[in-house]
Amino acid sequence: MKVKQIKLMQGNEACVEGALAAGMKFFGGYPITPSTEISEISALKLPRVGGKFIQMEDEIAGIAATIGASLTGLKSMTATSGPGFSLKQENIGYAMLAEIPCVIVDVQRGGPSTGMPTAPSQSDIMQAKWGTHGDHPVIALSPNSVSETFHLTIRAFNLAEKYRTPVFLMLDEVVAHMREKIEIPVASELEIFDRVRPEENDTKYMAYKVPANHLVPPMASFGDGFDFHVTGLMHDEFGFPSNDTDNAEKLMNRIMNKVNDNINDIVDYEESFIKDATTIVLAYGITARSAINAVKTARERGHKVGLFRPTTIWPSPEKQIKKLLKNVKKIIVAELNLGQYVLEIERIVAGQAEVFFLGKANGEIITPTEILTKIEEVI
Amino acid sequence: MTKRTEIRLSGSGGQGLILAGIILADAAISEDKNAVQSQSYGPEARGGASKAEVIIDSNEIDFPKVGKADLLLVLTKESYTKYISSLKTNGTLIIDSAIDIDCGKSSFKIVKLPITDTAINRVGKSIVANIVALGAIQEITGIVDKSSLEEAVLKRVPKAMIGLNKKALEEGYNLAVKTS
Amino acid sequence: MPSQLVRDNLRTNKLPHIWCAGCSNGIAMRAISQAIENLGFDKKKVCIVSGIGCSSRTSGYMNYNTLHTTHGRAIAFATGVKLANPNLKVMVVTGDGDCSAIGGNHLIHAARRNIDITTIVFNNNIYGMTGGQFSPTTPMENYGTTAPYGNMEKPFDICNLAAAAGATYVARGTTYHVNPLVKLLEKAMIKKGFALVDVMSTCPTYYGRKNKKGTPAKMLKYFKDNTIDTKRVEKLSKEQLENKIIIGEFKNTDELEFTDKYLELIKGWEG
Repeated sequence: MKVKQIKLMQGNEACVEGALAAGMKFFGGYPITPSTEISEISALKLPRVGGKFIQMEDEIAGIAATIGASLTGLKSMTATSGPGFSLKQENIGYAMLAEIPCVIVDVQRGGPSTGMPTAPSQSDIMQAKWGTHGDHPVIALSPNSVSETFHLTIRAFNLAEKYRTPVFLMLDEVVAHMREKIEIPVASELEIFDRVRPEENDTKYMAYKVPANHLVPPMASFGDGFDFHVTGLMHDEFGFPSNDTDNAEKLMNRIMNKVNDNINDIVDYEESFIKDATTIVLAYGITARSAINAVKTARERGHKVGLFRPTTIWPSPEKQIKKLLKNVKKIIVAELNLGQYVLEIERIVAGQAEVFFLGKANGEIITPTEILTKIEEVI
Repeated sequence: MTKRTEIRLSGSGGQGLILAGIILADAAISEDKNAVQSQSYGPEARGGASKAEVIIDSNEIDFPKVGKADLLLVLTKESYTKYISSLKTNGTLIIDSAIDIDCGKSSFKIVKLPITDTAINRVGKSIVANIVALGAIQEITGIVDKSSLEEAVLKRVPKAMIGLNKKALEEGYNLAVKTS
Repeated sequence: MPSQLVRDNLRTNKLPHIWCAGCSNGIAMRAISQAIENLGFDKKKVCIVSGIGCSSRTSGYMNYNTLHTTHGRAIAFATGVKLANPNLKVMVVTGDGDCSAIGGNHLIHAARRNIDITTIVFNNNIYGMTGGQFSPTTPMENYGTTAPYGNMEKPFDICNLAAAAGATYVARGTTYHVNPLVKLLEKAMIKKGFALVDVMSTCPTYYGRKNKKGTPAKMLKYFKDNTIDTKRVEKLSKEQLENKIIIGEFKNTDELEFTDKYLELIKGWEG
């Protein structure tokens, strides 16, 4: 885009537009409600910019092809919903250990199982964190508007490329399907990060060795002429399988710490009416839209209530929440599930404030009135 | 200044209500207002009860869903039964006059219009009932200008259908003028 | 000192391999190197993708672009690699379980799609790495650690499966008939489209021991004595074909290939 544009756009469409702005050149997926528009629009638009779209035979193949494409140097994405997210988990863990950047969009719908395919939910929050087996680094983002979906999709690509890891974009059915106003910025105003690649003449390239002053190992592409091997087995700095326990410990620490040591760069959040608040509502995604409405009404009624809205769900904004505890005595966690992120908040708060929960899993969103009632109940 | 106005368009799947919602939201945005369009749907691609929701506001829209609607459009009996209770006291019901309902004493304004009949017999195609309805909504509420509504309609319909849709809008305006 | 072929195509510092003494996977791996060498491929453009299992360790030993993926998913990863960079010569090395059980869906759909991937199955009729469980190619009545009373299931013929699903080149060879195997691999590798070579391999440790097949040499000799070329099949009776392994070409056709078609689409949008 050469000039900024104001448009009416659907969340799923904004996700694809954000991905294209970030430089997505490959999409591999499988149809699943309510994420299908992401596939459809990718199928339409990618070939026009020299990119590739493929509809694979199943969800597992969708993420597999996405990872394969990333290894040739293309920025790659897949999109799914709860059931498909479950199916993709093994290969997600593969990408985490093999450090292959990609973006995985999960448009959350009512679960478990087939559940309510056309109804919103936020019940994959813990699946995002613990869905794949083994210890693993997780970055998950959650937008609450069409416009933010555009920007967080770009951020998801940037973080994936920067930290060489899959990044989750956790949408919900409402944000994904609603249409609202979006201002598409001029391309030159966007900050786009591309993975660090090895120097062309680096004859001593080691695929999994972090050179000095680097966050992650530079990533070569298949076909570039570098000799390297990629495996889901625990591997040495050349990328070859190794059962050495010291090596395994070092590798595990490295892939965990590349996220844990850079929390300030990765974690993002928004605070509203927080300054004098003694009670806060903590909500993300669509629920935060209800929460801000409730908080405004509560303020009109004289309650010292604020909203804390993480846009990075994982890693959680631990430091920021702890800082709030100087003034905040009560935290209401509102989310579209029966108690997931609230567990993380309870862990962080560790008894330093009272934590209350407001959840739902019947296919409806939490209304401002319900949150307001809860606020007035706990105050 | 437009105060938060919540509009619910209801009927059955395939009647183009979601498109109508999109057009209305698009028209509002072209006037520098904020708008959110959302929908709820079941597994049916055609039939069933379908609704599209539009919220228009000069200010930022936080909660994006319609609670109690200021305006409810009803094109089928089923959707009347399902959504009438969600109309605000003093709200406006625009209902296709082909639907036989006992309105009795109600707290809201009722506008009965032959929307489907007009689409079939005056415009010539039942599929433009949604556009006829949009014309009527504009005339009754003035929530968006005629020019921006027309622009939004034409942006989203195939070239071959432009004349038909223009006529549908006109007939919609006229329908509403007659009743007011 | 390893041979020139080995030095030019394998990562000699990763040898010896993990395969058991008497396993013929090494013969199959060497045959792949020989075919690549004979065809003169640019090795920087060769990409070997494998799944999980004994066969799939091959990728770690071969000195090209190599990708060792998850169980059953090699063809799906390879599809992404190939579509993303059609200049790569993408090959999948997989096993009978990896390719026709857990990965069966990817196999038939890659064949249907006719994407330019050469799939080489090391078929030893057993799950070796996990300890000798029966696989989709274990013959009926044969034993495995999970078929203690004999296998009650009918096996797949992977060649017929791939051919029926739409692969454009399908062949079977054995690790006894090495030179013919190399030729079949070469033809598969130059086929523009989905090609599959089912390579009969031996697992003396599990399949052989469980089924009293004798020494590794005897197992290879079994291939020698019990194979019939596809060209001769028609001339033989049903009785003569019983318990025989059919080797040679099953299918060789030319059809529009998927990545070519996609590149054409992109080209239409250029400029």
